[in-house]
Amino acid sequence: MQRRVFLAGLAVTVLPCAAGATPDSMAAAIQEVTKGAALQPVRIKLDIPPLVENGNAVPLTVTVESPMSEADHVRAIHVFNEKNPQPHVFNAWLSPRNGRATISTRIKLADAQKVVAIAETSKGLFFTVSADVIVTIAACIEDIT
Amino acid sequence: MTALRFLFGLAAVFVASFALAQTDPRHSGYHDMGAALQKMQDDDTANPAMLFVQQGEPLWRQKAGTANKSCADCHHEAAATMKGVAARYPAIPKGADQPVDLEGRINLCRTENQQAPALAAESPELLALTAYVALQSRGQPISPPDDQRLTSFRERGAALYRTRAGQLNLACSNCHDDNAGKKLGGATIPQGHPTGYPIYRLEWQTLGSLKRRLRNCLVGMRTEAWDFTDPQYIALELYLMQRARGLALDAPAVRP
Amino acid sequence: MANVLVNAPKTARKGDVVEIKALILHPMETGYRAGTNGRLIPRNIIERFSATWNGVEIFRMDFSPAIAANPYVAFTAVATETGTIAFRWTGDENFAVEHQVPIQVT
Repeated sequence: MQRRVFLAGLAVTVLPCAAGATPDSMAAAIQEVTKGAALQPVRIKLDIPPLVENGNAVPLTVTVESPMSEADHVRAIHVFNEKNPQPHVFNAWLSPRNGRATISTRIKLADAQKVVAIAETSKGLFFTVSADVIVTIAACIEDIT
Repeated sequence: MTALRFLFGLAAVFVASFALAQTDPRHSGYHDMGAALQKMQDDDTANPAMLFVQQGEPLWRQKAGTANKSCADCHHEAAATMKGVAARYPAIPKGADQPVDLEGRINLCRTENQQAPALAAESPELLALTAYVALQSRGQPISPPDDQRLTSFRERGAALYRTRAGQLNLACSNCHDDNAGKKLGGATIPQGHPTGYPIYRLEWQTLGSLKRRLRNCLVGMRTEAWDFTDPQYIALELYLMQRARGLALDAPAVRP
Repeated sequence: MANVLVNAPKTARKGDVVEIKALILHPMETGYRAGTNGRLIPRNIIERFSATWNGVEIFRMDFSPAIAANPYVAFTAVATETGTIAFRWTGDENFAVEHQVPIQVT
C-alpha cells in the first residue's frame, strides 16, 4: 500500500481533507487485488447505515455466505472507498478457523460516497457488493484552536 | 404489605409512568441518533466510552496524594455508594457556597481529602473517573438537589440559555427549544438534555465532558467560548439538569 | 499498559462458533488532518491486528487510516480446544500491544 503525503495547506478545519481517492483510484486498488478476475454480485452483504451523523466512526459489517470448509472458504475480505484520501479501508484474512465469514468494524468516511466490499474465496472466486453512504456532520463542532 | 397490595402498587406505578411517558415531550438525544449509533451505545462490549470506564475502575482503587488514600478507602464500592450521584450534580459541596459539577467534586476530593493535585480538565484520568462514577447512575432519573442556595445560580443559567450572543445572534433556546427535532444541515437538532455525560463524541474521537460540549456550542454560535474555569458553565449546567429532571441518565453515551 | 477491551466467551462447546470483539484505545491519526499551525499532524495508526488460538492464527486484519479511532473489530472463531486466545496490535511509532484471554472448551 503506497503512502502518499498530501500537502493540503488549504483546509485548516476539522473536516477531513479534500479529494484524494477517486472512483478511478478505487478501481485501480480493486484491480490490484482481483487481477482482472470477474466480480460476482452474489453471496456477500454489506451492512452500513445509508446516512451517518458523523463520518469519524461509521459502523460496518461484511457478511459472506460460505461453508467455511477446507475445500470452500472465504480467504480474504477487502473493503474500499471512493472519496477518502486513499482508496483502502481494510483487508482481513480468514480461514476455516473462523466458522463464519463475518467482520464488523468502524470506519472513517470523508464525504458521501460509495463503499465497496470484495470477498475472495479459496476457489479463486470474487464476490462484491457496494453501498452508498451519505455523511452529515453536527452543527456545533470544535475548532482546533 | 400483602403481595396483592404490592402488585397493585406496582401496576399503579407502571400506569402512571407509562401515561407520563406518553405526554412528556422531552427525550434524550439518544433518540435523535440513528439505529447504528444507538446500538454502539447499548453494547457495553463495543461502546468506546467503556474504554474510559475501564481505566476509571483501577483509578478508583489507586492510592493518591500525601494522604495516600484512594477513592475506595472512603467510598468503598462505587456501584453502591455512587449510585445516583451523577444524577444530582451540579451541587454545593459541604462547607462551600458555590456549586460544582461532578468533575469539580472529584477534584475537591483529590485536593482536600487525598491531598493530591487536581486533575486537569479533560485529562484522561479525570474523564476516566467521571465516566466510572457516572456509569453507576445509569438508568437513574436526573434529580437536581432541593437546595435553595442553587436557585440564584440556576436562574443565571436560565438567563444565559435565553440570551442571544455571537456573530449569529443565537441563544441556546433558538435551536434547542424552538427548533429541536428539525434538521440543521442534515443533522437533527437535539433537545439538549445532558443525560449521557461524559460522552464519547464521534466528532472528538474521544470522551469529553458536558463543559467541553457546551464550549463547542459557543464556538458553533460564533461567540467567545468561556474559559474552562468560568462559573457560567456551572450555572448553565444547573439549568439544563433542572430542565431535564426526571429523564433517565444514559451515561456514558455515544453522540455524533 | 495500553487500554484494551476484549470480549470473548469464557467457555464454549467444541465446534461452537463464538463471537470475539476487540476494542483498543488509539488515536488512529490519519496523517491527512491539519493542526492548529496549518501543518499536517503526522500519521499514527495501528497497521495490523491479529488473533491466535493456542498459537494458531485465526484472524488477521490490515488497518488503513480509514479505520476509526479507538478501533473496534468483531469476528468469529470455531471453538476447537481449551487454551488461550491471544491478540496483537502493531503499528506506527513502534506500537505493539498484546492481550490474552483464556477459554475453556468442553
